[in-house]
Amino acid sequence: MPPETLFRRITDYASRADPYPLYAELREARVARQEDGSYLIGTFADVAALLHDPRISSDLHNRTDPRAGGLLPPPDDMPPSFIGVDDPEHDRLRRLAMRPFGPPHSPGRIDGLTGEVTRIARELAGSLDGRDRIDLVDDFAYPLPVGVICGLLGVPAEDVPQVHAWTESIIAGFDLTPGQDEEARTRAAREARRGMAAYLSGLAESRRGHPSGDLLSDLANDHGPDGSLTPGELMVTAVLLLIAGHETTVNLITNGMLTLLRHPDALALLRADPGLVPGAVEELLRYEPPVQLLPQRTPLTDVEVAGVTIPRGAPLILVLAAANRDPLRYENADRFDPLRRDIQHFGFGSGVHNCFGAPLARLETRVALTELLRALDAPALVEDPPPYRRSPVLRGPRHLLIEQATGGGA
Amino acid sequence: MPGTDRPGRIVVVGASLAGLRAAEALRDNGFTGELTLVGEEDRPPYDRPPLSKAVLLGRVRAADVTLPARRAVDARWRLGVRAEGVDLTHRTVLLAGGERLPYDRLLIATGTRARPWPHPGEAALHGVLALRTAADAALLSGLLDAGPRRVLVIGAGFTGSEIASACRGRGLDVTVVERGPAPLVGALGGTLGAFAAALQRAHGVDLRCGVTVTSLQGRDGRLVGAELSDGGRIEADVAVVCLGAVRNTEWLDGSGLAAGPRGLACDAGCRAFDMYGIVTDDVFVAGDVARFPHPLFEYQLLSLEHWGNAVAQAEVAAHNMISEGPRRRPHLAVPAFWSSQFGLNIKSVGVPTFSDRVVIAQGSPAERRLVAVYGYRGRVTAAVSVNRAKSLEYYERLIESAAPFPPDPATTDRTVAPTPVPSDVPDPRQLSHGPTVALTGHLPDRRGLALVRRES
Ligand SMILES: Cc1cc2nc3c(=O)[nH]c(=O)nc-3n(C[C@H](O)[C@H](O)[C@H](O)COP(=O)(O)OP(=O)(O)OC[C@H]3O[C@@H](n4cnc5c(N)ncnc54)[C@H](O)[C@@H]3O)c2cc1C
Repeated sequence: MPPETLFRRITDYASRADPYPLYAELREARVARQEDGSYLIGTFADVAALLHDPRISSDLHNRTDPRAGGLLPPPDDMPPSFIGVDDPEHDRLRRLAMRPFGPPHSPGRIDGLTGEVTRIARELAGSLDGRDRIDLVDDFAYPLPVGVICGLLGVPAEDVPQVHAWTESIIAGFDLTPGQDEEARTRAAREARRGMAAYLSGLAESRRGHPSGDLLSDLANDHGPDGSLTPGELMVTAVLLLIAGHETTVNLITNGMLTLLRHPDALALLRADPGLVPGAVEELLRYEPPVQLLPQRTPLTDVEVAGVTIPRGAPLILVLAAANRDPLRYENADRFDPLRRDIQHFGFGSGVHNCFGAPLARLETRVALTELLRALDAPALVEDPPPYRRSPVLRGPRHLLIEQATGGGA
Repeated sequence: MPGTDRPGRIVVVGASLAGLRAAEALRDNGFTGELTLVGEEDRPPYDRPPLSKAVLLGRVRAADVTLPARRAVDARWRLGVRAEGVDLTHRTVLLAGGERLPYDRLLIATGTRARPWPHPGEAALHGVLALRTAADAALLSGLLDAGPRRVLVIGAGFTGSEIASACRGRGLDVTVVERGPAPLVGALGGTLGAFAAALQRAHGVDLRCGVTVTSLQGRDGRLVGAELSDGGRIEADVAVVCLGAVRNTEWLDGSGLAAGPRGLACDAGCRAFDMYGIVTDDVFVAGDVARFPHPLFEYQLLSLEHWGNAVAQAEVAAHNMISEGPRRRPHLAVPAFWSSQFGLNIKSVGVPTFSDRVVIAQGSPAERRLVAVYGYRGRVTAAVSVNRAKSLEYYERLIESAAPFPPDPATTDRTVAPTPVPSDVPDPRQLSHGPTVALTGHLPDRRGLALVRRES
């Protein structure tokens, strides 16, 4: 048997349900060099330092070998999105994308969605009523954020299934498990990305000069002091917002319910006092973050971490979920405590690439959990652990079957 | 909650940021004794940074600027009362009106006040004011609301620059007169000073550097204009005096504490020194009024006027006030502050004036996004970011680890060639100003000290 490196064990599908013992091993090592030359980092202090270190690039072009670390090399036929470039380019793109999305130019946009998010969540929760078996992913956690992000961007409802299909293929491309169908997966992911990009840029083009109040339209028609996004930039930004705008939230909601079902006391507590939900969401972002690791960092120069020199151009993999449970940072780090007060997690990353959509993800998850707790009485897990999705990066259950104790009886 | 080593009576003089945070920390740490807060202002503690920003822009009323109360402090509040002296021998604080407050431990957190305009007659003109308190801010916003023809800002440090920014934000004409070669130069040196000057001018500020205001002129008791050292004249109906701060230590004259115009000196554990340099055991100090030795800056006694320092130092002081010897902690926070002006967010870590050279490590003035890194004798001592705060943590670690200057040039957004230049700050050795005292007596048991004079 070939030597099993830590990263192989983490990405191995068998570890998906519980990677945390491997993360503990990683923290022990602090810096774990892998056979392919990549470096894993997992303590709170090291991850924090590297996320704020200006010598660490997010642009894969700075890798000595763009294929190392199991990532898709950046496609050459499309400009990179802002998560794949560094400042000042990153800052310019992100600022342009932020203008219609958040403060200071659009401070009320996300808050203004509260009613709509609640409406969709209630409708979905209502459809669960009286059913004794539910798949929380298909019946709730997936359609909610998809409905919200498509509504926000201005994607017509009838196109949502197509968006779903493209997203699945793109996410499969993030699957770092080396396997037989690697090539096919990569090709499919690229094609899906291209398909989605063409579709979204078509939508945006149709709105140029005809503002319709949605985000795509705002991005296409905005002419601020920093100029505008080029059609190519607009296209990849839209793809990024659409995918990142729901893939992570699905997992946050699902991991959230799974965690609560595993902690009946916490569930009862939140049910009794929904005012505690915002704090519990922060704890979930620490305890079961939907983005487990950042695989695409690269040092621009030799960087020393814990006495180990990480050479310039090497793949640097920051394991956020390991840092989130560092016992040197948190008391009872492996305990889920919805009342925890000192929570400074990497659920949304940190530093310049800190998650753009965090306010939206928080809003959706708060509303989702509140509505679910209200709608479900006596929910119970059908299988634990549930079947997981393949990706070790965007980690979450593929299905989460829940049974409701039928009222009136036993 | 474990009991504290030392119960008893604690008196805090100065009921603002440092005083309040110390009181909260005392209770958080389990202090159950009697706690009294004495404050000269008659309103409960509030937050000062918004006074020169959101308040002047009309976003918040001065009356509504608050500090979040993080917990109940269960204290006797003596607001609107000035402390006038300390008797170290009898452990009492003397209040205006003659009342004596006994203490077992005392925290001095009397902060600073605005340096007044030196000519009392001119300072009394309607329209002439300084900005330190909420009352000042209310007055100034009222004057700005009235739509003055022109506002004169005297002094272009942080407060003066923020006021100028707020005036331009309201569309008011503003003239800034600065004795130095550029705004902010005293705090950040020449490179960022030049940047700040260009920035102010780009925002329509009438900036006059290398010039001083020689007199303020009034008619019928109201300000009408000012004369400048270069022979120029400015018509203005509001003048804001931004000449820096004066430490509130006069009330300690004669107390025997090492208090002077630069503040009250203390050890790294916030214990005040007496005038002989002997550490007291029961008198502590925190916030803007304190001068404390910092190992990273060659143990020079630093006086900072930073919000974060007041908070961190208050917490350390509170901890040490109720902890015995080995459990006491040093105040070793790396200094940090922020400012916002002309749409920019400026943040600083370390002590920029403790430097001889500076390099633009990331970004550039042209982009209005940059990080300037400061070095002293070959090591990193400070960094200042403009709209680029996310990497300051990295530089903070360089400062903490005395990393070599200039820092590694390989960064993701280095857009100008990193060439260190002189930092153009005042000589760092002047950071520390000893008290002006004379030794008296000749026999060892008669040796003593006398205060020679106060600078001002
Ligand atoms: C307009 C303005 C803007 C600022 N902006 C920033 C910023 O952006 N960033 C930043 O880092 N810092 C900023 N600061 C500095 C920050 O506010 C101070 O560092 C902080 O207030 C210090 O707190 P303190 O409690 O030590 O002193 P102070 O806030 O000065 O409080 C001292 C208190 O003691 C009282 N007192 C004085 N003498 C006596 C006496 N004898 N008896 C009783 N009471 C007495 C005073 O009335 C006062 O209330 C700003 C300050 C001002 C004025």
